[in-house]
Amino acid sequence: MKVFVDQDRCVASGQCVFAADGVFDQRDEDGIAVVLDDSPPDDRRAEVQDAAAGCPAVAITVEG
Amino acid sequence: MLRHVVVVGASAAGLSAAESLRSKGYDGKLTLIGEEPHPPYDRPPLTKQVLSGVWEPERVVLRDQTAISKLDADVRLGQTAVGLDVSQRTLRLGPRTAGPDPARREPQSGQAGTGVEQLAFDGLVIATGVRARRLPGSELAGVHTVRTLDDALALRSALLSGPRVVVVGAGFLGTEVAAAARGLGLDVTLVDPGPAPLQRQFGVRVADLVAQTHSDHGVRLRMNSGVTRFVSTEGRVTGVELTDRTVLAADVVVVAIGAVPATEWLADSRLPIGDGLECDATCRAAPGIYAAGDVASWYNPRFDRRMRVEHRLNATEQGSAVAANLLGADQPFAPVPYFWSDQYDVRLQAYGIFPRDATTTVVHGDPSDRRFAVAYVENGTVVGVLGWNCPPRDLRALRQLVADRAPDLVGR
Repeated sequence: MKVFVDQDRCVASGQCVFAADGVFDQRDEDGIAVVLDDSPPDDRRAEVQDAAAGCPAVAITVEG
Repeated sequence: MLRHVVVVGASAAGLSAAESLRSKGYDGKLTLIGEEPHPPYDRPPLTKQVLSGVWEPERVVLRDQTAISKLDADVRLGQTAVGLDVSQRTLRLGPRTAGPDPARREPQSGQAGTGVEQLAFDGLVIATGVRARRLPGSELAGVHTVRTLDDALALRSALLSGPRVVVVGAGFLGTEVAAAARGLGLDVTLVDPGPAPLQRQFGVRVADLVAQTHSDHGVRLRMNSGVTRFVSTEGRVTGVELTDRTVLAADVVVVAIGAVPATEWLADSRLPIGDGLECDATCRAAPGIYAAGDVASWYNPRFDRRMRVEHRLNATEQGSAVAANLLGADQPFAPVPYFWSDQYDVRLQAYGIFPRDATTTVVHGDPSDRRFAVAYVENGTVVGVLGWNCPPRDLRALRQLVADRAPDLVGR
């Protein structure tokens, strides 16, 4: 599983951190999402998919 | 056992419901009906990146063709539901009526030869959203509303000729449009009958700062002013007359005075219509019939009240919740609503609800630094938090306050 965030789309809602803390974080200065672990273990798949589905800016892509 | 689920409305909520049905294992027939000719697209960028020209309009598309195909759904765009028979479990579908305002369309009868089709279902998701509220004179050239992609592109095109702009309504949409138009260097006046922009939404403390921010960026504010009529020449708007009889010269007028739930097609259905389609805590309006997104009025147990939320995240979350409930989960939908707005260099982020009689307390930073958060307290409970360029870690902790404290409301 590979995780990407389109930072240009991100609106800093922080929803991804609620859904999958540790995979995602937010930059302190502007809240834009960053991927901490772009290849998370498979047991986090449901959380990561929730983060992608719940992103209000459609900024998260999950492949594989 | 569901065999045919129809989702009426192909925007964020309808798409979320359709995708969630599939991801939760529903493998029966699925039909997705969209009134607009466009495949599902995202609305928040319309008054932000699209109006400012930062994005090409193609970027608002929510899913590529491959993802839509994977839904294995009969996707019908440019069609609209015109009636619902709850006991017979059939929808009446018609083509989208030409003309600027489908809301004015008369309901059509189900007779053959009128282009109306009957569609049987055993599960139904109603996600028809809202329509922009209009003022008399909206048919004049130069008068715009912003709800759809086509609306936004028409306004974008009009703004490129360097017009004098009057924005009527200083809510979320009006303030974002004013900010985008100022960003293009245009002459902008913002009109509202209230004392300050966003005051209805967030109260005096925040509204005064919103007013200051718009003034600082060169928007002229005409608060405490209603609009009596549009002035026009040969079918084109030339000005806006206010209640004090002054006329603001205008080449483009944007009417941003809120929206009304698109429920007119349900008038004969006997489903309960109030401010939206009224549902229970599980978003159910009738057996097998659910509502999601801007059109849905439901009882949110977390805040112990009925609400209708026109925010982007709610559309996704409610669509997903409704899909689960349609498949038998039967769970109450109890979200902490989330909303954001970008204006100039300000990012407003709001979690929870903001009742008019709530008291406000600054809980982070200092408003004079333009980096702070305000908590809204009702009956001793934090029900909402608004961040103004608030650091993300602090805002997330504050959101937790809303999420954690609110259940106390239910227990009392």
